[in-house]
Amino acid sequence: MADESKAQIDAATGTQFKGHEWDGIQELDTPLPRWWLWTFYATILFAIGYTIAYPAWPMISDYTRGAMGWSSRGALVKELAARDAALAPIHKAIADTPIEQLPGNAQLMQAAVEGGRAAFKVHCVQCHGSGAAGSKGYPNLNDDDWLWGGDLTTIEKTIIDGVRNPDHAETRQSMMPAFGRDQLLTPAQVNDVVAHVRTISRQDKPGAASQRGAPVFADNCAVCHGPAGQGIRSLGAPNLTDGIWLYGGDADAIHATVQNSRQGVMPRWGDKLDKATIRMLAAYVHSLGGGEAAPAPEVPAVADAANGVQSQTGQ
Amino acid sequence: MLMLAGTTDLYEKRKGVYPRAVDGFYRRLKWAIMAITLTIYWVTPWIRWDRGPYAPDQAVLIDLAHRRFYMFSIEIWPQEFYYVAGLLVMAGIGLFLVTSAVGRAWCGYACPQTVWTDLYQHVERFIDGDRNAQIRLAKAPWSVGKLARRLFKWGVWLAIAFATGGAWIFYFADAPTLQQAFWTGQAAPVAYATVGVLTATTFVLGGFMREQVCIYMCPWPRIQTAMLDEKSLVVTYKDWRGEKRGSVKKAAAHPGEYGDCVDCDQCVAVCPTGIDIRNGPQIGCITCALCIDACDKVMAQVGRSRGLIDYCTEDDAQAERQGAAPRPMMKSLLRPRTIAYFTVWAGIGLAMLFALGSRTRIDVAVQQDRNPIFVRLSDGAIRNAYTVKIRNMEARPRPMAVSVAGIDGATLWTDAMAREEAGATVATTVPADSVARLRVYVAAPAAGPQRADFDFVLRATDKEGGGDRETMSFERPE
Repeated sequence: MADESKAQIDAATGTQFKGHEWDGIQELDTPLPRWWLWTFYATILFAIGYTIAYPAWPMISDYTRGAMGWSSRGALVKELAARDAALAPIHKAIADTPIEQLPGNAQLMQAAVEGGRAAFKVHCVQCHGSGAAGSKGYPNLNDDDWLWGGDLTTIEKTIIDGVRNPDHAETRQSMMPAFGRDQLLTPAQVNDVVAHVRTISRQDKPGAASQRGAPVFADNCAVCHGPAGQGIRSLGAPNLTDGIWLYGGDADAIHATVQNSRQGVMPRWGDKLDKATIRMLAAYVHSLGGGEAAPAPEVPAVADAANGVQSQTGQ
Repeated sequence: MLMLAGTTDLYEKRKGVYPRAVDGFYRRLKWAIMAITLTIYWVTPWIRWDRGPYAPDQAVLIDLAHRRFYMFSIEIWPQEFYYVAGLLVMAGIGLFLVTSAVGRAWCGYACPQTVWTDLYQHVERFIDGDRNAQIRLAKAPWSVGKLARRLFKWGVWLAIAFATGGAWIFYFADAPTLQQAFWTGQAAPVAYATVGVLTATTFVLGGFMREQVCIYMCPWPRIQTAMLDEKSLVVTYKDWRGEKRGSVKKAAAHPGEYGDCVDCDQCVAVCPTGIDIRNGPQIGCITCALCIDACDKVMAQVGRSRGLIDYCTEDDAQAERQGAAPRPMMKSLLRPRTIAYFTVWAGIGLAMLFALGSRTRIDVAVQQDRNPIFVRLSDGAIRNAYTVKIRNMEARPRPMAVSVAGIDGATLWTDAMAREEAGATVATTVPADSVARLRVYVAAPAAGPQRADFDFVLRATDKEGGGDRETMSFERPE
């Protein structure tokens, strides 16, 4: 070991030796560069300032809040508020535009469809599925079959008032009797009318049972489903002759429907969502491929708007 | 070494280089190349090229904002960037070719660093006088006169630098528009920043760094050292002819004792990188050949044959040293290595030209809806939905028709149509130089395989025609 009692100085650099020596190689006690040291002190000062300005130290039941009052939740709230504020004019424009006039403004319609796409993911996918394809008992919104109607105004009303809300007078209401369970029809009649429905939907060939079922259908079902079984939208009675079955079109499923009836429900969104969101949802559902043009003759007051819709969708 | 660390400075101060003006064949060649390259650089953005009303009329334009690259009649989209990659490969192999044939000709004549340094040195000579005057001025103490000269010189340099940096941005936007915007303060901040940075780099690199860029900063001389071989042309001092050096008087006094070199140092005086070529090949030599011009002139004055310093390959140098006659330069150009490089270079060029000539200017890309995959319609038919992207790479709107092939009974319509209007084709007009996005519904009878492949067929319905197709699948429920 080198003699540590006497400080040795390196001649070339003027720096003191550390006293360590390995095979003749000695270690110099070169001081840290000044710039490095000052940078280091500066980072310490910065850290102190940072812990004062921002939330930093954990306490027993809380933490230091920081002089600037910043918090990540607060930042998120601010960002969301800014986003809402940015979208507010568009939402206001959508809320102020009657839905049948929405297609006349391509840009607004586009905004409504995209806004509806987002809102659908929050409020509707639980039943209708993320692709709006529905499932048994929950209608597929992509197809061209509508219980209550597939034009913008009707879709919007369905969303606002819901289906079969018990305490809401405006709600969509269609009450099919439980023909079998409530003994309105005999079991044989139920079987016959099921055979008839299978026939008019061209799933089975006519037979003895279906022929027996035809008068039963005319007496009990035609009042809502129409004499030919093509449904009546104002009553929410489905078309029984097409290829789409909400609860299944096989004999067992139809039998269960006639026996017990079906009473699917949908919340009314009018008291849960704002006007613009509902309008955007309607626009989105209408855009999924099955949207229909507004029925022109029913409401003469909006004939111009309806024409607008037609020229838009019919281009 | 440790003992020396305190006394040795690792930084060597630049020794001033004050190259003397010279005239001769290579100097004139340098003038010509400088004129050509600078003209190309400054004039190119201002050349107009009519592409019709839907595309810019600038012949060479790198439109980063819209992701288009225009070069005369060629327009390149981002996905065709391989053309640019190909050009870069060609540039690389071209440098190999040039280096293996004529050595560091790029460094000596065409490199921007060389060209701008050369330009700056001419300015310097014009203002400060030739070599000796420059050295005197550099050594003189600061005075009003010296300061005025310096400020004047730097001012001219800065003006050149500004013109250099300023011209660069015109390659990236419409030049006349940008120029107007630039002077009125309306141009994008990045334009001013670019001009600022390039003005500064030109001023510093051309005015002050100069040969230090070549010697210390640029990787290319190192790579070239590896590229050169014994058959590459390099500027060579023919020592077997020149040594021993001595003045004409000495040589006359002692016949046979002295070589051709009269030790006039003209080759050193004219060298823009400040080297002595008589020390043999070295990294500082950019083969600008100005020393050849200088030496030839002196040889003519003293009545000796030219070429004491000359372009010469190492092999030829060996042969000449052994007494062979000098070979003409051209002979060293054609040899297997240069021919191989040329073949590869030309092959890539031809392949690119062929690809360019046969590329299609319309393209269809289809994406199928995955959620839901299919929808049953009330008449029992099955509907699939697709997003069809049609790319029209021509600078004019084109009418196109989309149809499907390979599904029986299929009809198609778009989200802007009602199903009643569905048919075998959907017609649309794709705007000039853009991508049109169509949402297309395809409906087909439910009877059929669960998954059937079919083609989306795109046809341009104008008289030029052309088309594209993409295979997709049509899905049905089990």
